[in-house]
Amino acid sequence: MSARIGILCSRVRIEEKLLFAAFDELGINPVRLDEREMIARVGEFAPEVDVVLERSISTSAGLVAAQLLEAAHIPVINSYATASTCADKIRTTIALAQRGVPQPITEVAMSAESALAAIEQMGYPVVLKPTIGSWGRLLARINDRDAAEAILEHKETLGGVSHQIYYIQEYIEKPARDIRAFVIGTETICTIYRNSPHWITNTARGGKASNCPITDDIAEICQNAALAVSGGQGGILAIDLLEDPERGLLVCEVNHTMEFRNSIDTTGVNIPLRMAQFVLNSVEVVR
Amino acid sequence: MSNNNVECLECGADIRVPNNVMQGEILKCGDCGIELEVTELNPLTIDLAPMEMEDWGE
Repeated sequence: MSARIGILCSRVRIEEKLLFAAFDELGINPVRLDEREMIARVGEFAPEVDVVLERSISTSAGLVAAQLLEAAHIPVINSYATASTCADKIRTTIALAQRGVPQPITEVAMSAESALAAIEQMGYPVVLKPTIGSWGRLLARINDRDAAEAILEHKETLGGVSHQIYYIQEYIEKPARDIRAFVIGTETICTIYRNSPHWITNTARGGKASNCPITDDIAEICQNAALAVSGGQGGILAIDLLEDPERGLLVCEVNHTMEFRNSIDTTGVNIPLRMAQFVLNSVEVVR
Repeated sequence: MSNNNVECLECGADIRVPNNVMQGEILKCGDCGIELEVTELNPLTIDLAPMEMEDWGE
């Protein structure tokens, strides 16, 4: 009997279409699970699949679905533990620190007053990020005290409770690019530069992808980062790296439902097929 | 309007639907720019796509 693969997704992006096509190439017809239609009686929820590839565009829904699936003894890629670590920048930072993975200096504060003190102590410019968020949304480079006071007041007044937790990072004077590495298991399968004259280099914000050779340093830091966020298991991860002029590569963040539409032709690597093969192999390992 | 096309719910423009369209796929109206979600394939049904949420992303 062929493996029963589930793909959890609501919105079907180009990435999900490519993944369905990749499984089709491997002779697999995945079951689509839409979290918006999911009704899960706790303890009895058991869709008939061997493994689920979690591709929800909603971080919150993806995490809940992963918990429900794992409670039903259905493996999820990425696992709930890995996804929840990657989804929360504070948890990511802690996991990376525990394994000694190089990353920007980061301060966490839980009031606007202490955030301002932390920013002043770190020195300008700094970067303020929401602890949960993607696509470069709500990132702020703060160049001076006036800007710090204004942004902190806005967050305190207008933001929800999650915005009352302040995640503050040193600003890295990187070249006009960062590096995105695509990791399957713990292997870096391809990397791109995301080039942009803007300090935010996300392709969702206009960064342009170009091929980046995988160096030994990139492979090593990505392997360590993947192990750090996954409890040593590895996963399907996109790791963003910054090039510090003095310290070399630093891990900026780790994404657990990576987008890759701009990176297949750029790198010549069939990323969705590699993902599908990894998911399929995980079933074989369990069996 | 051809059989493979749908009418934009916002501005009425003709939107081409790819042959391999999937449920949950987003179509963008070339005229008004609004995003529409394919909610059913048979019959082909569309609705306004949900707005981007704070926790959406990678």
